[in-house]
Amino acid sequence: MPQVTLTVNGTKHTVEVEARTLLVELLREKLRLTGTHVGCDTSQCGACVVHMGGDSIKSCTILAVQCEGAEVTTIEGLAKPDGTLHPMQEAFREYHALQCGFCTPGMVMSAIDLVNKHPQGLTEQEIREGLEGNICRCTGYHNIVKAIAAAADVMHGKRSELARAAE
Amino acid sequence: MYDFTYHKPSSVADAVKLLAADPDARPISGGMTLLPALKLRLNKPSAVVDLSGIAELRGIRREGSTIVIGAMTKHYEVATSPEIKSAIPALAAMAATIGDTQVRNRGTMGGSVANNDPSADYPAALLALGGTIQTDKRKISADDFFQGVFATALEMGELVTAIHIPVPEKAGYAKMRNPASRYSMAGVFVAKGPHGVRVAANGAGANGSFRVKEMEAALAANWSPEAVAGIKLDPFLMNGDIHGSAEYRAHLVTVMAKRAVAEAG
Amino acid sequence: MNVVVPFEGIGASVRRKEDLRFLSGRGQYTDDINRPGQTHAVILRSPHAHAEIKGIDIAAAKAMPGVLAIFTGADMAAENIGGLPCGWQIHSKDGSPMAEPPHPVLAVGKVRHVGDPVAVVIAETKQQARDAAEAIAVEYAVLPAAATMEQALAPGAPQIHEGAPGNLCYDWHIGDRAAQEAAFARAHKVITFETTNNRLVPNAMEPRSAIGEYDSTSGDYTLFTTSQNPHVIRLLMGAFVLHIPEARLRVVAPDVGGGFGSKIYHYAEEAIVTWAAGKVKRPIKWTADRTESFMSDAHGRDHITKAELAVDAQGKILGLKVHTHANMGAYLSTFAPCVPTYLYATLLAGVYTTPVIYAEVKAVFTNTVPVDAYRGAGRPEATYLLERLMDVAAKELGLDRVEFRRKNFIPPDAFPYQTPVALQYDSGNYHATLDACLEAADWKGFEARRAAAAKGKLRGIGISTYLEACGIAPSAVVGSLGARAGLYEVGTIRVHPTGSVTVLTGAHSHGQGHETTFAQLVADRLGVPVAQVDVVHGDTAKVPFGMGTYGSRSLAVGGSAMVKAMDKIIAKGKRIAAHLMEASVEDVEFDRGIFRVAGTDKSKTLADISLAAYVPHNYPIEELEPGLEETAFYDPKNFTYPGGCHVAEVEIDPETGKVEVVNFTAVDDVGRVINPMIVEGQVQGGVAQGIGQALLENAIYDQQGQLLSGSLMDYSMPRADDLPPVGVATHTTLCTHNPLGVKGCGEVGAIGSPPAVMNAVVDALRDYGVRHIEMPATPAKIWNIIHGGRRMAAE
Repeated sequence: MPQVTLTVNGTKHTVEVEARTLLVELLREKLRLTGTHVGCDTSQCGACVVHMGGDSIKSCTILAVQCEGAEVTTIEGLAKPDGTLHPMQEAFREYHALQCGFCTPGMVMSAIDLVNKHPQGLTEQEIREGLEGNICRCTGYHNIVKAIAAAADVMHGKRSELARAAE
Repeated sequence: MYDFTYHKPSSVADAVKLLAADPDARPISGGMTLLPALKLRLNKPSAVVDLSGIAELRGIRREGSTIVIGAMTKHYEVATSPEIKSAIPALAAMAATIGDTQVRNRGTMGGSVANNDPSADYPAALLALGGTIQTDKRKISADDFFQGVFATALEMGELVTAIHIPVPEKAGYAKMRNPASRYSMAGVFVAKGPHGVRVAANGAGANGSFRVKEMEAALAANWSPEAVAGIKLDPFLMNGDIHGSAEYRAHLVTVMAKRAVAEAG
Repeated sequence: MNVVVPFEGIGASVRRKEDLRFLSGRGQYTDDINRPGQTHAVILRSPHAHAEIKGIDIAAAKAMPGVLAIFTGADMAAENIGGLPCGWQIHSKDGSPMAEPPHPVLAVGKVRHVGDPVAVVIAETKQQARDAAEAIAVEYAVLPAAATMEQALAPGAPQIHEGAPGNLCYDWHIGDRAAQEAAFARAHKVITFETTNNRLVPNAMEPRSAIGEYDSTSGDYTLFTTSQNPHVIRLLMGAFVLHIPEARLRVVAPDVGGGFGSKIYHYAEEAIVTWAAGKVKRPIKWTADRTESFMSDAHGRDHITKAELAVDAQGKILGLKVHTHANMGAYLSTFAPCVPTYLYATLLAGVYTTPVIYAEVKAVFTNTVPVDAYRGAGRPEATYLLERLMDVAAKELGLDRVEFRRKNFIPPDAFPYQTPVALQYDSGNYHATLDACLEAADWKGFEARRAAAAKGKLRGIGISTYLEACGIAPSAVVGSLGARAGLYEVGTIRVHPTGSVTVLTGAHSHGQGHETTFAQLVADRLGVPVAQVDVVHGDTAKVPFGMGTYGSRSLAVGGSAMVKAMDKIIAKGKRIAAHLMEASVEDVEFDRGIFRVAGTDKSKTLADISLAAYVPHNYPIEELEPGLEETAFYDPKNFTYPGGCHVAEVEIDPETGKVEVVNFTAVDDVGRVINPMIVEGQVQGGVAQGIGQALLENAIYDQQGQLLSGSLMDYSMPRADDLPPVGVATHTTLCTHNPLGVKGCGEVGAIGSPPAVMNAVVDALRDYGVRHIEMPATPAKIWNIIHGGRRMAAE
């Protein structure tokens, strides 16, 4: 059986997998990192988005063996070891940008990549278009868009903390 | 997914050798089309040959008045490449609309070109720009390369290695997305370049991406949106499904052509 | 020391307690659970809409690597396993009970829709189970299919069930036909209207999943499942299907990733993994992939309706007549029969004083996936019909559509208001929500915006004034209407020795934020900080009983049960406090955590009292039991009636037909608001699903019964760039019959929004002579209308 060595959330793992094993299957079944979800089988929904080498990717559409030597970050790896949330996680909570929570890990991972790749800032329309690969059935995206805009300000150093969303 | 053997060669020669040795082996680049098909068990390759370890398939460079793009160049790299943004901004802008962010972070130009999905963006762009597809064996003009729905001039085991695109004077792209899949329902790429005025459409044609000769003639005479506004395509040559009839798609090609010309300026 | 305690009670936008785990990837959804020795199930499903099963050969599959067992319908029949039960019985006009054909867990003899389960393979890995499922050889004799209601009702149509002649499930009616005919006879004008309510696929983002487990030492079964109501599943599956006593069956619904109705029902896969776990003596996990969800989750809506509205010369509505065909799919899902009857036709008065209503509903079997309640369930269908009809009628009468509505509103002083279709509304103020919404949406400024619309764009505005019945419901009422269950809720308040609280509730949270909202109820009434309140739900082994979450009932019914239990806690606490403070019980007052002797400075905290209750050294042990835990069942007296007004503004690109919702404003009366942040989120989410129904979503079967929109590649789910920001405000009138005054907010968005959007689309096309456009208003359909093709438009 093929073997793959990759670093997930800072920890190096060497795992035996069938060649047909997807990265998401390796994460969920071999490493028991079940925060990354599977919501579809046509690479549409984005519940499985993780970062590989800093880019957001759909972990359901990449073979585990293709990740040899890769640096992967999942939702479990975002907060600091002391539990401090990433500003995007914080913003999602502050702005009520999640309901059932199932799409949330993928949504957060996509949102971070989106903000990182737009250091000049994002308009509401750019945020909406940037979420094309992630489907949420609960929120209507309204609060997700607000949360990402707020987190972008913090991530780009325009604000040190999140403003209260609703009073 | 059925299981298979996985190979990751480090040179084109090795990849070609692996593919030649096993007719049921399939190359994988970004995997954005192959993997979903494998997951649905629509395909049963005996081996998958991963091209991502081949350095010679990477990179974007300008050679005189031609842009050369390595087959393993990701859509995101095309969308953000300073060379492409300055030489063919319409191509960079188009690449920024392929699939979604995650698809653009994995999917490659060579993979998309070799797959020739009728709803994919690149084939129409290369037809309109008069691009040339370089393989491990030969160079093929886009006109000869794209041969219908998922059909290309590639022979068994032949690999796309690079795409050569002459820098146009101007170019533009507009598309209408399928509301569900977000693939193109009808997209039109227009270009005025060393090969004259060329117009190509994706998403709409019953036989895949195609050149729109009437529009090319009209634009050659008068480069303006109005020049194509009155040109109606034959719905008989279009594709119809639950998202839109052939008539609708024929109409959309005209609308998108107008918008693409306006975009090109 | 001055400690600022943030206000966490009723009315505070407390940030959700559940979010930390969801945001950290620490949620526990069913597929995240892995049991020791777990095996995997894959279900072989019918590729045909209608076929006889001539034979099933499992020999080759059984010999494949990793395969532990394969079962078919015959194996279950041999053990006398029951069919999936239906929870509601409707009687036809003539008094006869509905046709209720058997719904075998695994198909026996025949398959009736694409996706009908035929066999299950249990193997060491999911891939092995899938490999083996492909090796099962099923010989089918394909039969002609009835994929649509028209096909199913046509003379000589394929007969789907032996016990349902003509594929008719029931032919039901409500209202006074003679009075309706008399009212129509004196009408100034009768407006006729026909419409289809498009079939939807709920598509909760978490696919359904189930893990069955059997403990051979105790004989206990456990089922982990993606359910909105684990106690109901235990009851239905234990009593009717697998014949397992409740005490031997535990059902756990852990974190559930959205439901919207689709996870109410008892599904075949739950029974399959539970039963089969007893056979293979190992835990079995099944998880749907999305393709499987499309062909096995209950779908929603799918009505064809003809309506007539009688109006007098002054524009007052005299009567309404409605004739509806409702698609049941191939089998009766758990609550399917009540959706197009008691959740639909009883809502046809809407917010209007329509004095007489007569409605007939025929329910039809087809070779499609079963149809059941989806967010709103019956009420969106009724609201869409009424609110489109109001616009069509206003136009034909030459009346302003807002004034026509206003003229027919039930006035604010008319409550309680008895409708001619069974319901009695307790409270509401439709003028107030209308005025607030028109103001917030700047209705008056629309014509200026229209004139200024982007070059070439067609701009339109639409309104919907709606009402729904939710908080379902009084057991006696639903029982008389055919429900085979009670619809109360159960709440337990457990005050721990040091004063923190655990709430056990029969309601289930799958996105609604119960862990926060319910904790706020405790904070408000008992004065315990939200952080010290733990809300437990979703496990029959922990929560005494419950009916679950659907029909916007969790707060109105479940929250009321908690209030009742808290009142028992307070009453007991007062007796303990009276003893400790040597006062009479009548003199003890309680307010937010403090027991006081009136008129003195003597007081005890709730923690003092609970400690005394668990350490009863100084305690009225002769009169009171130790401990501080109370359970209450709450069965409401009536439904609750949220309502409101939605305004949508759209722009249409006439060249492509693409409709963009540019503004959306909702002003809803959901009764008392506990957590405004959560309420706004619920409305926004509901509106998104409503806009999805109006513009994007459509489950389309071909004539052979194949689902053409059977994946996210072809079924258009709303994405972020399909939707506008949604402005939400509330205007409260209190529910008069539950202790919180709450009405429910889960469904209002999906109910009020589709007609608002479609009224705006028709308005935008006012220059094209369009009377009506069917949902979804896809670009192709709009383009056809604009360009005179009209092939896909209903005119």
